[in-house]
Amino acid sequence: MADGSALSASLDLLAYSPPGWGANLLRGLGNTVLIALGAYGVGMFLGTLGAFGKLYGGPLMRDLLGLYTTMVRAIPELVLILILYFAVTDLVNQALLAMGYDRIQISGVAAGIMVLGVVQGAYATEVLRGAIQSVPAGQIEAARAMGMSPLLVARRITLPLMLPAAIPGMANLWMIVTKDTALLAVVGFNELVQESRQAAGTTKAFFTFFMAAGVLFLCMSLVSNQIFARIEAWANKGNKRGGI
Amino acid sequence: MSFADSIRAQMPLRRWVMAAIGIGIIAYCALALNWSWLQTPKYQGMILEGVWNTIWILVVTMVLGFILAIPIGFVQAAGPWYLARPAQAFCTVIRGTPLLLQLWLLYYGLGSLFPMYPWIRESDLWPILRQAWPYAVLALTLSVAGYEGEVMRGAFKGVPQGQLEAARAFGMSRWGVFRRIWLPQAVARVLPTIGGETVLQMKSTPLVATITVIDIYAVASRVRQDTFIIYEPLLLLALVYLIIAGVIVALFAWFESRLPKRIA
Repeated sequence: MADGSALSASLDLLAYSPPGWGANLLRGLGNTVLIALGAYGVGMFLGTLGAFGKLYGGPLMRDLLGLYTTMVRAIPELVLILILYFAVTDLVNQALLAMGYDRIQISGVAAGIMVLGVVQGAYATEVLRGAIQSVPAGQIEAARAMGMSPLLVARRITLPLMLPAAIPGMANLWMIVTKDTALLAVVGFNELVQESRQAAGTTKAFFTFFMAAGVLFLCMSLVSNQIFARIEAWANKGNKRGGI
Repeated sequence: MSFADSIRAQMPLRRWVMAAIGIGIIAYCALALNWSWLQTPKYQGMILEGVWNTIWILVVTMVLGFILAIPIGFVQAAGPWYLARPAQAFCTVIRGTPLLLQLWLLYYGLGSLFPMYPWIRESDLWPILRQAWPYAVLALTLSVAGYEGEVMRGAFKGVPQGQLEAARAFGMSRWGVFRRIWLPQAVARVLPTIGGETVLQMKSTPLVATITVIDIYAVASRVRQDTFIIYEPLLLLALVYLIIAGVIVALFAWFESRLPKRIA
């Protein structure tokens, strides 16, 4: 079966220019990275707000945030993607109609970034909350005693000091979001998995294309690992080994 | 603390208000939305079947995956390199690629290769291999094995060397040490995380609907296609998954409360 001709036929299918499907796969990879980056950014923003809200917010704020993180962590991403996609498109369009504008079609990229960002935000809230708690209370109290405003304390003291504790968890979340982009294939968005499925469906070479997509995902995760190892070394620069 | 006091501590005014709003939303959903499809016996049967499929796939893949994860973790922690390296590579590949892709690779990829071999088609296994669920179970099991294998590696490494040396000094065989000391202590270390892993695995189960296995997600999609009702089946779906997640968390909390907390 797996003789030379089969191998070269597979390579022909993966060639960059048509009739090869390499360009399609790379375009899918580009979309995957774009959505992952966007969702990660949204998630980090929501997570920072959520973490500060959970730690320093009023009781009502804490209960609401608890509801948000619990719901997102208990309902499958696939279901959340469908619910948020339809609900948000509907709400935006109703608001537009009420204001006298025409309905719009929300682009797949924007919807994907928004939905995965909301999911990421719930997990990032928990990661960052734990990291903020690892900052010694004395440091924050000292900064307050110097007369810094809460925002300045966050920017100068809390955020830099929590970084070493936050990075392993945030690296993990990046890995999760790159893989979660695959779920958008189910709603028909052209990211890497969907592109490879289309290529495979046309050529019937399912094994070749899904393997190729897998290799691309693996490369992405290996490269990300390297980058996060660098970032972790950088964030830990000030820390002596062995603690205290 | 009396019962009334504990109620007061758990339920201050704002939580009563939140609960009231929540009940109001649920009541609005129940009354204003279109749930007529729930009354048709056809869909009732499908929903029950879908929930059952989701649950058995979850339980079977968790158990099989965990059984596979034990040797995968062990050879990485204490095995020779020719076993440790492949196990490590397996974990990297499983954890580095999306489960959806693994599932499709197995179902469409293997599924398109198998019919080319006459001896597979003529074998007794063929009626099973033609269905979708074996591929769903295989993919989800390998996923658990990959993620838990990594966890088990750390757990096996975390068992203090002195425990193993003491067991050897008692004259236990190597297998005896593994069975009576090493494995139980490693498993005790990962037990608190398994509840969370089970919830994560539950969140992966709807992917099997993409390869035509009829789980609760597939049933909800079917209802949406048949009736053109958009939100209601999705809300039911979210409710079902919330309930399953709640049951999993409660089960593991009960289970953990019955285990000794001290770890050597």
